[in-house]
Amino acid sequence: MARISKEERKENIIIMALNLFSTQGFYSTTIPNIAEKVGMSVGNFYNYFTSKDLLAKELILYISDYLGNEIQKINESDLSTEEKTHAIVKMYFNMATKRPEMIEYFLRVYLSNREVFSENCEGMTCVSSFITEMMIFFDKGVSDGDLHNQDFFSAFGLFMGYLGGMVFLNGEKILPEPINDYEQSISKNIYNALKTRT
Amino acid sequence: MIMNNPSQKISIMRSKLELKPRLLWLQGLTCNANAHSFFNLPNLEQLLNKFEILYHPSLGTEYSFEKISECDMVCDVLIFEGTFDPLLKRNNILMLNILTHYAHNAKHIIGLGSCASFGGMFKASSPQRNTGLIFNESLKEGPLLHLEEKVINLSGCPIHPQWLGFTLNMIVQNRPIAVDELHRPLELYSHLAHHGCTRNEYFEWKVDSKGFGLKEGCLFYGQGCRAPMTHSSCNKILWNEVSSKTRNGTPCFGCTEPDFPRTDLFSTKTNMSIPADVPLGVSKRSYLTMVGMAKTFSIKRLEGKLIDYKKTD
Repeated sequence: MARISKEERKENIIIMALNLFSTQGFYSTTIPNIAEKVGMSVGNFYNYFTSKDLLAKELILYISDYLGNEIQKINESDLSTEEKTHAIVKMYFNMATKRPEMIEYFLRVYLSNREVFSENCEGMTCVSSFITEMMIFFDKGVSDGDLHNQDFFSAFGLFMGYLGGMVFLNGEKILPEPINDYEQSISKNIYNALKTRT
Repeated sequence: MIMNNPSQKISIMRSKLELKPRLLWLQGLTCNANAHSFFNLPNLEQLLNKFEILYHPSLGTEYSFEKISECDMVCDVLIFEGTFDPLLKRNNILMLNILTHYAHNAKHIIGLGSCASFGGMFKASSPQRNTGLIFNESLKEGPLLHLEEKVINLSGCPIHPQWLGFTLNMIVQNRPIAVDELHRPLELYSHLAHHGCTRNEYFEWKVDSKGFGLKEGCLFYGQGCRAPMTHSSCNKILWNEVSSKTRNGTPCFGCTEPDFPRTDLFSTKTNMSIPADVPLGVSKRSYLTMVGMAKTFSIKRLEGKLIDYKKTD
């Protein structure tokens, strides 16, 4: 039987920790809880992450890189700006369905416990992969003449705030339909709000 | 400082005339700014004494323009200042004919200023017709394209006097001048205007300037500075030997590049707050990643007036 590499074991910790943090909350989850879930001793766990805060930071980098890589694929495709808008919405909702712990962690841990991320994770440091790809998306949309030229954060807030709100409603089981059913209407709304005024 | 009467300072040693390269200065459509800038060269007299000046429009030279326009002599070094207009006549003779005659016989041809190099400011008067000597902006097109191996472009609006001084000294010493793809001397144009800018620390930490004419802040983010995209040694070979546009709080307009002049020179073109153009050779993705990180840090020393920092800390 092939041995599990150190990298694979680290990835295992990340997945288990995401699950625990997003369901039980950051402060209620302990390192022994995570170690037990992964099937390793607490002592061995510290060979991978030296503190819970460092693990928390690693998790947000993991999520940002995942989102950034997915949006980069969309940015580098031949899709039109409208089609890219739809592709980003689709990717985000798929992630919320298949990897809900990632979005939950982002909304319920990263955004709600800023004190944990005050050191070494200031500003956009830990989410730069994701933010950079959104910048590339907006920049290309404007230079192609498809999107209205405005302040970045006004557009970013409209796009990602809307998606975050829908995922939150979905997580609270308030949405009457599965979240993927809203893909078309929401991407249309976002594009209409951001597109060039004629 | 511009000399009131530069011709008074030029004492040509007649006995050695035959040993000196013959220099001719012609003009197309021009505002004379390159000539005026050149007159500020500190060692102008010594430099000009190395040449036999056949004609210069602002100097008292050996021949009149009427004589030059007869095209019955030749020169070794031809300087052409200004945009080339194929319909332009001087002394009722097409400048094209005068230019062609002297260019054909010259050993070196210098396209002086952005107008002669790429079309520049005076191309705007007739964009479909006017060009530089061998370039129409960055497209190879112009009256001397067939002689391009002899053409050295010194772009700039205007040129720095030392740039022409360097080029003429290299020619008089018979030394080769390596040029870039736009025929500009690499020694002068391999640098960016950004190199040597006193605001580089503000650029590194993404601290905007709060306005024009200030000592603090970077002009790249809001004030239209093109220094990170512009080949020029303005911050290496200083103007009047002491300063530069960016040091004074004025943005670099990118006047040495083929796309000069653009519009809105005093504002940075952005797409949703993101600079439309990023530093030369850097991918937008890499640049934005770096900016995101740099903006995270708040550096108190760079936030206010430098002179006040020690007093308030």
